[in-house]
Amino acid sequence: MEYIEKSAAQIAHDVRTRVRSAAEVTDATLAHVESVEGAVGAYLTVLADSARAHAARVDERVRNGEKLALAGVPVAVKDNMCLDGSRTTCGSKILERWIAPYTATAVARMLEAGAVPIGKANCDEFAMGSSCENSALGVTRNPYDLTRVPGGSSGGSAAAVAAYEAALGMGSDTGGSIREPGAFCNLVGFKPTYGRISRYGLIAFASSLDQIGPLARTVEDAALAYDAMAGFDPMDATTVDRPVEAAAGALREDLRGLRVGMVREFDSAALGAALDALYRAAYRDLERLGAELVEVSLPTAAYGVATYYLIAPAECSSNLARFDGVRYGLRVEGDDVRSMYDRTRAAGFGPEVKRRILIGTHALSSGYYDAYYVRAQKARTLIAGDFERAFAQCDLIACPAASCPAFEFGAKSDPYSMYLMDYYTIPMALAGLPALSVPCGWTTPEGGRVPMPVGLQLCAPLFAEKLLLGAARAYEAATGHALARRPELESVRA
Amino acid sequence: MPDSIDIRYVATLARIALTDDEVEVFGRQLGDLLGHVNALAELDTASVSATAQVIESRNVLREDRPAPCLDREKVLAQAPQRQGAFFRVPRIIAE
Repeated sequence: MEYIEKSAAQIAHDVRTRVRSAAEVTDATLAHVESVEGAVGAYLTVLADSARAHAARVDERVRNGEKLALAGVPVAVKDNMCLDGSRTTCGSKILERWIAPYTATAVARMLEAGAVPIGKANCDEFAMGSSCENSALGVTRNPYDLTRVPGGSSGGSAAAVAAYEAALGMGSDTGGSIREPGAFCNLVGFKPTYGRISRYGLIAFASSLDQIGPLARTVEDAALAYDAMAGFDPMDATTVDRPVEAAAGALREDLRGLRVGMVREFDSAALGAALDALYRAAYRDLERLGAELVEVSLPTAAYGVATYYLIAPAECSSNLARFDGVRYGLRVEGDDVRSMYDRTRAAGFGPEVKRRILIGTHALSSGYYDAYYVRAQKARTLIAGDFERAFAQCDLIACPAASCPAFEFGAKSDPYSMYLMDYYTIPMALAGLPALSVPCGWTTPEGGRVPMPVGLQLCAPLFAEKLLLGAARAYEAATGHALARRPELESVRA
Repeated sequence: MPDSIDIRYVATLARIALTDDEVEVFGRQLGDLLGHVNALAELDTASVSATAQVIESRNVLREDRPAPCLDREKVLAQAPQRQGAFFRVPRIIAE
């Protein structure tokens, strides 16, 4: 095992105790990135010089006695988060050459904790997608089978962490964009409660849903990143001003005393025999760890995708109005200001972004607002209410993270079939709940060459991140599914 | 629920110039999506309030005191076209 395969916790410990320097870890990571990136394509921009400068600063801070929780930990930053002086594209032609003039709060907090930014990771354009195929600027491949997608929209961050091109990834989850790529790439993908982590400097997609969170190879690493990022930020009025319980130090050994809800409407039998067997085994493992399994019902969760595909596009159509060729990004000249807008947005946005802007504009337009947007907001109330009732009977909910393992490029060419990828993750996003995916086994997809990872989703009540991460840690320690296979990188090294 | 979408009109509202091919393809795809989202009509929402945001929201105030903001030069350096301290756009008001 090469050093860069160590956990973020181990790297931070080694750098803190000066067993390794941040400079050494960074150099080793950058060398590895150079050798595998041609095959994986996790990054849109590799920040070699800036990473080395950050590492030198971390080593200096360590020498000065600072106890940095993420000392020297290489991190992949999704390219919809601003890092001062770095190109920040959102995977879009409209921002292809935009240099961020400030740093997002979540990124700043990771750097303050000692993390070293290795690069800006690919994503579906403006985080709209579930495979990374909607990026206008690059192709990212799944490190466990390079003919398959890494998931999305945080697919670049996920692929980077899975391929050891970073120890931690920063992602954003609007309907499942951290949890699904986490499941596809054998990682822990964690979306905290809405409002726990500042969105300042996260380029907005759907503001009532967008939430930053970590992708990591272990639950402990995800907890470390969460502890570094979480908390009130005066620059984001939607961040919650209540204390954050440190999650990293409170990881449970078992699940005794916990009631885990099995969702009646999310019966894994619908996913085919192989996945059904994996999920049933996962639920048995939860029970073996001391949890009491109880059946709960989320009767309106099946309407999650329909609800989401009105609310998220509506918010996106409003948020993306700012890309008009005036202040930043692409401009295509026209005869007048109006044609400049029309042409700039026609040339700058890809098909999925256009579809969502159009559907959102339609849903918000006069005559349709009540029938679509308001009705979806009411459905959202019902979905959140379902969870509230379920959590009166259980402490956690367990269910699939995705309806299939990572698929081949081009397999979901119909937009709606791609939207259904988030069937199991959207309801939690609409309800603002903390949820994560944790590896729960392997299955060889039909026609596939090698086994691909499968993710179990765990969901907790609002603000119960500590409980959620603790339970996931107990499950991970007892099962160790993530360690069963390695990414196929040996054959691709440059 | 209505389930047709006038793509040309909506594209005008959204300030996106579409090709004829896009009008055809998006029209079909978004009509299909509207068919799916119309399932929401099955829900009884008569006595349900709308949720814009799930976490309790409150009015956030701060003291009205000047604080550093983004550097003007750095921001203007990203403008597609500038003139002095301003963003430059095509003429909006006729001579």
